[in-house]
Amino acid sequence: MKLPFRIQLTRRTEEIPKWMPLATSVGAVVAAFIISGIVLWSIGGDPIRVFGFFFRASFGSWGAFSDIIVKATPLILIGLGCSLAFRMNMINIGAEGQFYMGAFFASLVVLVPLVPMDSPRVLVLSLMGVMGILGGAVYGFIPGFLKAKFNVNEVITTLMLNYVAVFWNNYWIFGKYSDAGFQMTPTFEKVAWLPRLADLAKQYPVFSGITLHLGVVFGLVAAVVLWLILKYSRWGYEINLIGDNPKAAEYAGINIARNMILVMMVSGALAGLAGMSEITGVVHRLQERISTNYGFSGVIVAWLAKLNPFVVILVSILFGALIVAGREIQPSGLSFMIQGTILFLVISSDVLLRYRISIVKRQEEIA
Amino acid sequence: MSFEVILRAGLATGTILIFASLGEILAERSGVMNLGVEGMMLIGAMAAFKVAFTTQNAWLGLLAGILAGGILSLAHGVVTIHFQADQTVSGLSLTFLGTGLALVLGEGLTGKNAAILPSLDIPLLSSIPWFGRIFFTDFNILVYLGYILVPLTWFYIHKTRPGMHLKAVGEKPSAADTLGINVYRLRYIYTFIGGCMAGLAGAAISIAISPGWYSSLTTSGQGWIAIALVIFAHWNPFPAALGGYFFGMLRRFTLDLQGPMTFLGMRNPFFYDHNLVFFLQMTPFILTIIALVWGSSTARRKRRGAPAALGVPYIRGERGL
Repeated sequence: MKLPFRIQLTRRTEEIPKWMPLATSVGAVVAAFIISGIVLWSIGGDPIRVFGFFFRASFGSWGAFSDIIVKATPLILIGLGCSLAFRMNMINIGAEGQFYMGAFFASLVVLVPLVPMDSPRVLVLSLMGVMGILGGAVYGFIPGFLKAKFNVNEVITTLMLNYVAVFWNNYWIFGKYSDAGFQMTPTFEKVAWLPRLADLAKQYPVFSGITLHLGVVFGLVAAVVLWLILKYSRWGYEINLIGDNPKAAEYAGINIARNMILVMMVSGALAGLAGMSEITGVVHRLQERISTNYGFSGVIVAWLAKLNPFVVILVSILFGALIVAGREIQPSGLSFMIQGTILFLVISSDVLLRYRISIVKRQEEIA
Repeated sequence: MSFEVILRAGLATGTILIFASLGEILAERSGVMNLGVEGMMLIGAMAAFKVAFTTQNAWLGLLAGILAGGILSLAHGVVTIHFQADQTVSGLSLTFLGTGLALVLGEGLTGKNAAILPSLDIPLLSSIPWFGRIFFTDFNILVYLGYILVPLTWFYIHKTRPGMHLKAVGEKPSAADTLGINVYRLRYIYTFIGGCMAGLAGAAISIAISPGWYSSLTTSGQGWIAIALVIFAHWNPFPAALGGYFFGMLRRFTLDLQGPMTFLGMRNPFFYDHNLVFFLQMTPFILTIIALVWGSSTARRKRRGAPAALGVPYIRGERGL
C-alpha cells in the first residue's frame, strides 16, 4: 500500500529557535492532558469535572498550594539528581531506592540513636542530612560501579535495587524498630523535625496549618549549586563533554569510569537527601510508602525540564500538583497515566527539534 | 516443601518470564531495545482480564491481551524507529504509560472473576513415568505453548531465512539495506511481535497461571526480570528459558521456605523470625543483578553478546552501522 504522499524528515542544520524547546514541552503537557481526558471519557468519566477538581484540589487555596510545594520538594531534589546523571547519558531510575536508603540512614540517627536526643536541633538535623546523603550515595555507588566496571545496564540494576530497598526498609520497620508491632517506627523526637512555617503561627497567624518545611530550601540551594557546577566548574565541563561525545572525552584524558561512579553517587545523594527531608519534614517517622513514586516522577521531571536545574523546580511544582490532586481523584492511576503520557510525548516531540518535517507528494518525486 | 512442587510451580510461573523474554529477544535481535516490557505486560494482563471478564470467553481475552501489548509497542516503534528517539528513555516511558493506562482502564476489576484458559494433560506424554507427571500433567495450556515456542524461536532465528534477515538488520542494517531488506519494516514487525509476546506474558498471568487483576502488583517487576534474562542469556532462547524456569522455581521456593520448622536438618530461621522473609523476597532482584553482571562480563570476555546495532537508530544514507 502506498499513500499518495509521504512524510519526510530532514535534519535541521540551522540553530533551533529559542522558543521551540519550551513550546514543545508545554505542548507535550497540554497534549497529555487532552489524551488522558479522551481515555477518561472513553471509560465513561467526565474529564472536565475531573480536571476542574484537579485544579481546585491543587491550586485552590494557600493550604493546598503549600501541599504542592511539599510534594514538589523531593521531586526537585530527585529531578536534579536524575538530570545530572542524564547529562552523561546515565539513566538513574533508582531514585526511589536511593530515597528509601537515605530515609533509612537518616532515621538511624534517631533510632539507634547516634546522638543523645537532648542535643541541639541543628546538630541532630545536620547529622541526619549527612546520613541521608551518605545512604543515597552508597546506594547510587552500586549501579555506578557495576556500569563502570562490568558495563551492566544501569536501568535494570537501579530498578532492581528499588525493590531491594523497599524490602530492606520493611525488615527494620516491621521488626527491630517497629512501634509496638505497627509497620512504622515511633514518631521522632521534636529535635528531629525540620522547621515548618506552621511553627511560626504564634507570631504570624497567617501561617497556621501551612505544612511547608525547610526541605524546599535544600532543593533550591541544590539547584543553584548544580547550575554553578555545570556552568563554571571543570567537573561540570567533563560531565557535559562525556555526555555529548564520549570518544572526545576519552581522548582528552577524562576518566569516564570514575565520573560514571561519581555522578551516580551524587545523583543518589540528592535522592537520599530527599528521603531525609521527607521523613524529617513530613512524616516524622520511618514507615512504609513514604514515597509516592517520587523516583519515577523525578525521571520525567528531569526530561521535561530538558535537564535545566531551574526548570526542574518549575516542573516539579506542576508534578507536585499532579500528585496532590491524584491523591483525591478516581481512578487512582490517572496521575500516573498523565505522567507517562507527558514523558512519551516529550521524547517524541524531540523529533521536531532535530528535524524539519515536510510532506512530499509522491508524483513530484517521480518527476 | 517438596522438590516436585517447586519444580512444577517454576515451570508454570517461569512461562510468564519466557514469553516476555522471547519477545524481547526477537525485538533486540532486530536492533530495537524495548525497556517497556513491564508496561506492555501490565496492559496485556489488564486487557486480557477485562475482556475475559466481560465476555466470559478466555480465548477472546487472550487475543485482547496479545493485541494490547502489540499496539502499545507500536508507539515505541514509531518514536524510536522513525523519530530516532533514545530507545532507553522511550522504553522507560512506555512502562509508565502502559502502567498508567492499565491502572486507569483496569479500575474496578480487582476481585472480579474472569474466564480462565483451560488446564489439561498431554495425551501419551503424560503417561511417561515421573517425567510425564511433572512436565505434561495438569498444566495450563500456555505452559505447553511455552515448551513449543522456545525451540521454535531458536530454530527461527538460527535456521531460517527470515531469521537470517532478522539478525542482519540487528547487526548491520546498512548492509541488510543494500541487499534489499526493508530495515524499517522488519524493525516494526519485530517490535510488534515483542509487544505481542509481552502482552501474552501479561495474559498468562491474569487469565491463566495466577488468575486475577491486582493492579500494578499483577506483574510486580517481572517485565524487568525478563529483560535482564535476555542479557543474561546473550539473546538466545534456550538459556533464557532455563533462566525463566529457574526464577519461577526460586519464587516458589522462597514462599515455601517459610513453612517448615527445620530446613536441611537445621533450625529454619525464616520460620522463627518472620521478618527475615523480607530478605527472601529480595533474592530474585539481587540474583537478577548478579545474573546481569555475569552475563555482561562473559559477553565482554568472549566478545559475544548484544546485536551490534542494538539501540542505534538506522538512518538511510547516513554514516554509521
